[in-house]
Amino acid sequence: MIPAAFEYYRASSVDEALALMQQHGEDAKVLAGGHSLVPAMKLRLATPEKLIDIGGISGLQGIQDRGDHIAIGALTTHWQLESSDLVQQKASALSQAAGAIGDVQVRNRGTIGGALAHADPAADYPGAILALNATLVIRGSGGERTVAASGFFTGLWETAVQDGELLTEIRIPTDAANANSCYLKFPQPASRYPYVGCAVAMTTSGGTCSDVRVGFSGVGESAFRDSGVENAMRGQAVSEASAKFAGDQATNGRSVLSDWSVSEEYRRAMAKVFAKRALLQVGR
Amino acid sequence: MGKLIGESVKRVEDRRFTTGTGQYTDDIVLPRMTHAHIVRSHLAHARIRSVNTAAAKSADGVVTVLTGEDFKDIGGVPCGWQVDFKDGTTMHEPKHPILVADKVRHVGDAVAVVIAETKGQARDAAELVEVDYEELPVVTDATEALKAGAPQVHDDLPNNMVFDWELGDQGATDTGIANAHHVTKLEIRNQRLVPNAIEPRSYIGDYDAARDFYTLYTSSQNPHVIRLLMCAFVLELPEHKVRVVSRDVGGGFGSKIYHYTEEALVIWASKQIGRPIKWTAERSESFVTDAHGRDHNTTAEMGFDDAGKITALRVRTDANLGAYLSTFSTCIPTYLHGTLLQGQYTTPAIHISLNAVFTNTTAVDAYRGAGRPEATYLIERLMDTAAAEMNIDPAELRKRNFIPPFDGVNQPGYQTQVALQYDSGNYIAAMEKALETIGYQDLRREQEEARKQGRYLGIGFSSYIEACGIAPSAVVGSLGARAGLFESANIRVQPTGKVSVYTGSHSHGQGHETTFAQLVADNLGIPMENVEIVHGDTEQIPFGMGTYGSRSLAVGGSAISRSLDKVKEKGAKIAAHLLEASVDDLDFADGKWTVRGTDKSKAFDEVSLAAYVPHNFPEGMEPGIEFNSFYDPANFTYPFGTHIAVVEVDPDTGTVTLQRFVAVDDVGNIINPMIVDGQIQGGVAQGVGQALLESANYDESGQFSTGTYMDYAMPRADDLPSIEVSQNVTPCPHNPLGVKGCGEAGTIGATPAVVNAAIDALRPLGVTDLEMPLSPPRVWSAIQQASA
Ligand SMILES: Cc1cc2nc3c(=O)[nH]c(=O)nc-3n(C[C@H](O)[C@H](O)[C@H](O)COP(=O)(O)OP(=O)(O)OC[C@H]3O[C@@H](n4cnc5c(N)ncnc54)[C@H](O)[C@@H]3O)c2cc1C
Repeated sequence: MIPAAFEYYRASSVDEALALMQQHGEDAKVLAGGHSLVPAMKLRLATPEKLIDIGGISGLQGIQDRGDHIAIGALTTHWQLESSDLVQQKASALSQAAGAIGDVQVRNRGTIGGALAHADPAADYPGAILALNATLVIRGSGGERTVAASGFFTGLWETAVQDGELLTEIRIPTDAANANSCYLKFPQPASRYPYVGCAVAMTTSGGTCSDVRVGFSGVGESAFRDSGVENAMRGQAVSEASAKFAGDQATNGRSVLSDWSVSEEYRRAMAKVFAKRALLQVGR
Repeated sequence: MGKLIGESVKRVEDRRFTTGTGQYTDDIVLPRMTHAHIVRSHLAHARIRSVNTAAAKSADGVVTVLTGEDFKDIGGVPCGWQVDFKDGTTMHEPKHPILVADKVRHVGDAVAVVIAETKGQARDAAELVEVDYEELPVVTDATEALKAGAPQVHDDLPNNMVFDWELGDQGATDTGIANAHHVTKLEIRNQRLVPNAIEPRSYIGDYDAARDFYTLYTSSQNPHVIRLLMCAFVLELPEHKVRVVSRDVGGGFGSKIYHYTEEALVIWASKQIGRPIKWTAERSESFVTDAHGRDHNTTAEMGFDDAGKITALRVRTDANLGAYLSTFSTCIPTYLHGTLLQGQYTTPAIHISLNAVFTNTTAVDAYRGAGRPEATYLIERLMDTAAAEMNIDPAELRKRNFIPPFDGVNQPGYQTQVALQYDSGNYIAAMEKALETIGYQDLRREQEEARKQGRYLGIGFSSYIEACGIAPSAVVGSLGARAGLFESANIRVQPTGKVSVYTGSHSHGQGHETTFAQLVADNLGIPMENVEIVHGDTEQIPFGMGTYGSRSLAVGGSAISRSLDKVKEKGAKIAAHLLEASVDDLDFADGKWTVRGTDKSKAFDEVSLAAYVPHNFPEGMEPGIEFNSFYDPANFTYPFGTHIAVVEVDPDTGTVTLQRFVAVDDVGNIINPMIVDGQIQGGVAQGVGQALLESANYDESGQFSTGTYMDYAMPRADDLPSIEVSQNVTPCPHNPLGVKGCGEAGTIGATPAVVNAAIDALRPLGVTDLEMPLSPPRVWSAIQQASA
């Protein structure tokens, strides 16, 4: 479990990190919390010649209340998100997703920016980011741009972050639905990554669902919003029956991942079960 | 008995274990030490066309690179137990080559070794070794491997057979099944498991040219046996020129009993390069090279008469032994499995026939419980299934079939249909206590209520027996063991009354330093701090057969007990001399010899000092107090118990949640109740692991699909409820301590209880059988199929 040799650079600002990335190009990888990259290096599945450690960049840390949105620095750890009062109140799905990741050690080192940039199809955050309708801030040598969560996850292990760019911030709108959101995780027993992770953000009025966003983690090649579930739920009185009906639309018309331990059929069925459970949890 | 035996004394070894100050093999750093990295096959079955080491040899820091060609003159590692074919043909036994030259036979087979100045350099250079393979067809399942036309693992050993074997009365069994009122039949897959000791295997080979002397530091459960096998059967080294040291070992569960090829490799290569060599397995290597456990395909049938009494048990098993025969692999499915099929019941006829089979997989050998879990699993699954089929309560069905209580003193031992004679047992008592502890009647009512609310609670039983305290040498010898199975203990009383105990048992987490010290201190009436337990070094310990099969206290402790008797006898002689009294007039209590009816006494340390300062010893009395004993037991010991599991199954997801687990075990007399509870709890956790989580899987191409913890599910703390353990005591009648052994009981008992409980939960949905592990997808599919 010894990684191949590499050179190590530590950036103290985003500009310095971007300059180092430009200088070293494809040979270099950015290192944040190291909890996806370092295990891959130890197994020699990843053999970057150079590492650019962004862990010391203070500008990428922390959670701020900006009125209409919460701004989360890319280096914010899972534990910080899990334990933040602000996030718990205004974006509970995100704190629940953070709290469901790995174990305490992992949550103390791993960062939301690293997890999102890594875009593991089995990662927890992406479904929550989609349901919360987040905006992602990306910086490159050409400056800063923002991407909606719906356009961020572009495929298996792929995101809108291009070579030479850094994900710097995650913005979560402080709307009523996000304040009434949840993330339910059904973990695979070995890895405890999700078989299925389902995030729901909902507004209700008088027991009727006025709007809803549903995001899935761990189900498809990349995380997705499930409009089938959303459309079936929107405008309905939330009940066992309506939630089941809406939940049963989950993954319809989509391809779903399978491997030796879990069939496509099972994963689909579980997406339906957990969609229903999540809808009921926030729809009460 | 004195005041230490029976006390929950805190484990003295835990200070170093919990503060990171233990000395494991990988912690040892020798001057001029080099590091080895082994190049392993990524294919399950392939002919080696060529191995090119040129680039690796010239890489930074590389000392040498060796391949199978370098080991051509060394046969390889043999098996330690010979089980011949039914017709008398000798067992098919390929030696396990240290590095393979002809073809690789499983993923992880060792092809070359790179030895370098640092671990990193060895690892880097290993990437430069080029192996040209010609892929061959693969077989990984035992039953498939027996079919005509199956790929041949060893070209010269036909049909992938290691041997076929049977035990019991076939005629009587067939009749018993044919005439039964009811027959319960199950197809059982007892899945393959990875042992997962927390410390990976680690070895250092150190050849000292000046003394022409070899030292092997090894993470082994069994240092003397490793030395014997390696010297006499693999490398042909003079045994007195080889020292094997195995001090702190981070868990074994069986996987560190065996002599592994890497041990011989580091010793042999150390002499070639004239420097010490360390090899420590990476976790990924542990997964594919530590001997695996279980892997039986079984058909089991049990017949019952109209009163619910068992009439016969018939078992057919294909046992997968992997690509090579590990040290004890052959005796596990036979003499530790077939011989346990009596269980706790009066079954009048039993027959097992078994094929031991080669496949393109990692070798399979003893894993905590070893054969006994497989036997218990099939018997206890049959019992709960039969109970449901015959509509008899599962506790009641067992009660109708239990062997009545016998203590082995006033009542004789129980002669089974499958060769063994049980020493003592009180099976009904353990069952009654378990029923009372769990509150059985209330629980059944709760289950009824829950079902009405659409909740699926289940209750599962397991009444197990095991054979441990392994074992009488004469018995195992007659069954093919190539070793004896006694134990030694040397007790050296130092002049100041401090006591060093050299045991041939080996502690790798079990707590011998505490239990054995309690035993010694209690017997000699001295403080525990005055006793040091030494193990794991062939230079210090006279001889030892190591630790496995829950034998340490029953056999190793009994050897200590024998030496204690000798120490006390000699002490009494010296005390009598000092007190000018007769030995017969002395009483020994609280660490001193007292002349009966007087206040004249000599304390233990006064006597020990006199033993080494024998200024006025009478003629013929030898100075010193030091005694060695070899103890060879008269029989196995037979712990037993009843375990009850309560689970709830979520029918929407197939998730099985263990809610309660009650274990009532009878392991004979108990020296340290806390350690016994801990052994049972850890054992139960491992048994639950097999039931719910663990499985070592190969895909069709022989790739190991569960080679990391991402895919291999180990039980975690939050998978388990607080385990409710308690014990009954039926002493072992044939060893001086009356102890039986508790290391494997939990694992043996737990697995079927949990599976039975899950099936019990789902019976209203039509589920009658589940295959382990009870992963959510599998349970969910069973529910879907049953309701379809
Ligand atoms: C034992 C264990 C259990 C885990 N369990 C879970 C789980 O249950 N659920 C789950 O979702 N995850 C789990 N993880 C993964 C964990 O969440 C990781 O922390 C996370 O995926 C990566 O974040 P990091 O900061 O550690 O990133 P790193 O490992 O440092 O980097 C990951 C990748 O992202 C890139 N990167 C990092 N930061 C940026 C950035 N700001 N901009 C652009 N690229 C960047 C890196 O170059 C690298 O390619 C687990 C990990 C471990 C070790």
